[in-house]
Order: sequence, then C-alpha cells, then structure tokens
Amino acid sequence: MQMSFNGPADGVLLIRLSGTWRIGETLPSDTEIQRQLTSKTDIQKVVFDTKNLTNWDSSLLIFLKKIHTLCSENKIFLDQDGLPLGAKRLLDLATAVPETKDANKVKEEETFLFLVGAETIDFFRSAREMTAFIGGVFLAFVNFFKGKAQYRRSDLTLTIQECGAQALPIVSLISLLVGLILAFIGSIQLKMFGAQIYIANLVGIAMVRVMGAVMAGVIMAGRTGAAFAAQIGTMEVNEEIDALKTLGISPMEFLVLPRLLALVLMMPLLCLYADLMGILGGAIVAVGIMDLNFSQYYIQTKGAVSLSDLWIGLFHSTVFGILVALAGCLRGMQCGRSASDVGNAATSAVVTAIVSIVVATAIITVMCNVIGI
Amino acid sequence: MQRDRHLIYVSEILQLVEVKKHPDPLNESGEKPKKMFNPKQTTKTGPFIAVRDLTMAYGNFVVMQDLNFTINRGDIFIIMGGSGCGKSTLMKVMVGLKRPEKGQVFYKDLSFWEADASLRKNLMKDFGILYQYSALWSSMTLAENVAFPLEEYTALGHHEIRELVSLKLAMVGLAGFEEFYPSEISGGMRKRAALARAIALDPDILFFDEPSAGLDPVSAKRLDNLILELKDSLGATVVVVSHELASIFAIGNNAVFLDSETRTIIAQGNPRELLEHSQDPKILNFLTRGDTEGLKS
Repeated sequence: MQMSFNGPADGVLLIRLSGTWRIGETLPSDTEIQRQLTSKTDIQKVVFDTKNLTNWDSSLLIFLKKIHTLCSENKIFLDQDGLPLGAKRLLDLATAVPETKDANKVKEEETFLFLVGAETIDFFRSAREMTAFIGGVFLAFVNFFKGKAQYRRSDLTLTIQECGAQALPIVSLISLLVGLILAFIGSIQLKMFGAQIYIANLVGIAMVRVMGAVMAGVIMAGRTGAAFAAQIGTMEVNEEIDALKTLGISPMEFLVLPRLLALVLMMPLLCLYADLMGILGGAIVAVGIMDLNFSQYYIQTKGAVSLSDLWIGLFHSTVFGILVALAGCLRGMQCGRSASDVGNAATSAVVTAIVSIVVATAIITVMCNVIGI
Repeated sequence: MQRDRHLIYVSEILQLVEVKKHPDPLNESGEKPKKMFNPKQTTKTGPFIAVRDLTMAYGNFVVMQDLNFTINRGDIFIIMGGSGCGKSTLMKVMVGLKRPEKGQVFYKDLSFWEADASLRKNLMKDFGILYQYSALWSSMTLAENVAFPLEEYTALGHHEIRELVSLKLAMVGLAGFEEFYPSEISGGMRKRAALARAIALDPDILFFDEPSAGLDPVSAKRLDNLILELKDSLGATVVVVSHELASIFAIGNNAVFLDSETRTIIAQGNPRELLEHSQDPKILNFLTRGDTEGLKS
C-alpha cells in the first residue's frame, strides 16, 4: 500500500497509488492528504495514477471517498479517469446520494445532570403512560358492566382455559415442593422442642395465608404475564392493533379486558389449589419422616387455619391476578415494532409483575397486621 | 371481456346481498346510519377528502410539512415517493392512527382531527384499510377475520354473516379458505384475505398501504385488477400508498409525489400525465426508474 504525490503543476495534483490495497492493512494518514490538498491554494484538480496498483478492495474505496469529501469541501475537481474502472463505479455509487445531514441522531453529551434529567423525564413519561393505561382499563370495565364492551367471549373462554386449567400441572409441582420445603425447614427447628405436630400449623397457615397466593402469582407472572406481553407485542408489530383501532374497536376492551377478567377469575381458584398442594407437600414430610399420621396432620391443620386466613389468601391472589394481567398487557401495549421489542416486553412484564407482587404482599401484610387479622 | 363479466357478477351479487340485509338497529339509536350500496355514488364529483397544511413529525424530526391536496370521490389516488419519505406516515395520519403536528384532514368537509372521539370513530367505520403486512388477526381464521367487523357493526344473523364472509372471500379468490389461519396461507393470499376484511362493511374509502409489496408480478397484477374491480363495484374512493410503478400506472388516476429532500409535495396529477409532461428530474427519475434517456428516445 503506497501513495505518493506529484505536483501540483499547473493546478493539478497527481496522486500515485501502487501495491496492494486490501482491508486489514493500514491506510495512509488522513492528515497527509489533507495537508497536500489544503496547504496549496492553487490546486484546481486532482488526478490519479494507478498503473502500479496490483490488488485492491473496499480499503481503496474508503481512501478514495475521503479524498472525494476533501475535494468537495475545498471545491477541487476530482478526475477519476486514472482509477480502475471498478473502483470508479463503486465510488460513484457511494457518492451518488449525498448524506442527509439531520438524519443522523446527534449523540448528546451524557453528563450526570443530563442523565438525571433524562431519567426523570423517562420516569414521568412512564408514570403518565401507566396512569393512562389504568384509566383505559377502568373505562373498559365500566363499559363491560354496562354490557357495551367490545370483546369476543370465545377469547375470554380461551384465556380462562390457558391461564386456568392449563396452569395446573406447574402450579401443582411448585406448590407441592414449596410445602415440602417449608415442612423440612420447620421440622428441624420444631424437633428440638418436641413440637413436630406444629409443622401442620406452620405449613397450613403459611400456605393458605400468603405462600399459596404468592407462588401462584409468581408462576402466573412467568407463564401468563409474559405470554400476554408477547401476544399483544406481536400484534403491535404485525399492525393488528392498528387494524383494531381503525375499525373503531378499543384494544383495551378487545385485548386487555378478557385477559384481566380471566386472570381475576382464575387466580383465586389457582390459589386454593396451590394451598391444597402445599398442605399435601407438608403432609408428605410429616408422615414420611416425622412419625405423624395423615389424620393427626389433617386435624392439626383444620384447627390452625382459620377462615380469615383463607380470605386473606384469596384477597392476595385476586390482587396478584390484577397486577400480573396489568403488567403483561401494559408491556405488550408499550411494545415497539421489532422482534427484540417483543422479547423486551415479555421480560419487562415478568419483572414488573414479580416486583408488584412482592410490594403488594408487603403492603397487604402490614395492613392485616394493623387491622389485627 | 372476462373482467367485464366479473364486474357484472360482483355487482349483481352485492345488490342481492344488500337486499337481504336486515335493517340496522344502530339507526334507531341515533348513531351513524349504515349506508346501502349505491352505484350512483360513483357519478358524484368534487373534493371528498382534503388535506390542508399538514405537518407530520416523529419527535423533533419533521417528516413532511405543509401538505395540501384534495381527493375526489371515486378517485384512485396514489401517494408516491421514495422509500422512507413518509408515505405510510401520511396514511396513518389520514386514517387516525397518528396525530399530525399541524394541519387538518377533512372528510366531506368534516375535520377529522378536530372532531370529538365518537364522531371520529364513526368516520373510521367508513374506512377499509389494507395494511402493508396484512395485519390479519392471527388468532382468528380468515372467516372470523372478515366476520369480525360485520359482527361488531351490523345486526346480521350468524347465517347471513357466514354467507357474506364466503362472498367476500370468494371475491378475492379465497373461496374454501374460510377455516384457514393467517399463518397457514401465503403472503399473497394473506393480502387478499386482508382485502376481503377491508371491504367487509362496503366502505366509502379504501386505504391500501403498499398493496403489491412482497408479491410476485402476477399476484401484484391480480391485486391491481381486484382493486380496480372493487372500486368500480363498491363506488369507493381509493387511496393507495405505493412506489411500485406498474401498479401506479395501472390503477392510479390522481397522485401526489412526496419528496424526502424538500419534505413536501413536489408534484400532483395523473401519474401518466406526470410522466409525459413533468420537467422535474426527481419525478422523471422516479417514474422511469432512473431511465430518463429511455423516455426521451
């Protein structure tokens, strides 16, 4: 890769290019070319001599494009006749359409204050979107109770099936294992006091009051919330939501309402089922390794778990159902127009739902404590 | 000849179907009356859609500014221009999917963006839209896709809706595909199914966003013929976003050319007349695929 300059003579600067110009080799310095073109004011024209150029690829074009730009800036005529025909044609292609100056996104300087400001604006925008979404859902519910909501009952039935019956295997497995784990951990401590029988109290109260609902909520966040976000996000990408809007159908009513209704209806049932499976898990440990029998375990659980525990658990599960459905649908509706946006929406739905579940659990627990139930 | 026969066939069936239609209960409740098919509509002239001083932007980036044009009833109006110049964005503004930064879109002298939400919703019921990627609802079969607007906005019974759906699908050459899902058919068939959905309610205005994009030449030609036949049969006004020259010349009788450099309209008129009479190198370049020398010779 060699370059030399000849002239300028009679306003003409000759650039000699020789050797091999291939990607991977170091290009001649820009400053040298710039110095040659700008230091002498009498240059009218740049010509090339490429007789000794043996091999070239896009590397040569990068160099030629720089010269082209410099010549344009300095109003110097660039004579391309001396260039190989292929290089000349490719250079014409690369310079045919001028750069759109304001099309490039300007990368603003990211100072600390800038970042704080950007995050704050982002936070308020996100809060506004969330408020608008919740408002939209509320209006959809008002229309639903008035009997005016536009949605398909078959969609509601299908969603109930998907987030109800089809979730039973995973809810069974996880809840049974959570019951087992609680019983194992409790048994070690209770054995020290000879109070193994109270393992039924521990597992029963924990599962019915909060753990059953939390586990069902987390499972539904990962399974159904993500699915909601992906389904709605894909519809956004495929312009299906645009098609609904232009038909005058509210996506809130058509897409969000059936999903929210399905989860609100199914979550308490799933929670009840999770409670039973958790208690069964505890019973397996108690009967299997703690010399209790099923009858003892059943009587002890029946005595320990009150109806208020059950209502609190069901209240938890209803709240979690709403949160999971809202998170999934909100992130789906916020989805951009690319495949990666759908992935991000699904991930964000799960994170939002789980964080909401934990925060809601804390709030409800404190409230119950204050009320004294 | 065959096309004429098809036209007569389509027109006759549509009239038969309209006779069968039940009276729309929405009329009694004071909402927008459901129009009936009226071939005389095609004889009306004068501005039907007017775009005035329209500016569209994404954030701070102005896509197009100060757009002014009118579309007459019965026109097949082409919005053309290079890739990324804002054609689809203009269509989104016209159909109510994107609010303009400035300016108005008038339908029959009614300002779309100044109208309240319920009036806007009623206006949108007069639109039939074919999206660039078809936008068929993937969880529904083709029959359910076409039936959905009919279920929402007419009081027709299940049996009549099924007949109408079969008719609409037959009109686009998809008879027998009622129970197929969008994922089970080809891109060209999806476009035609989306067209069947777009004409489900016999709309006044049909919008097509790049209808021929992604189709082979034969399918594209067939879709063009279908657009012409449906326009004639339904008496609809058609707005087409396209940069497919064959389609533009085959179906368009009026057009605007959007220029990404000046960010506004640089030509308006019949595409063939623009090709013959325009002196603007950008227009000639576009309409001749860059072969302006060929035009001269």
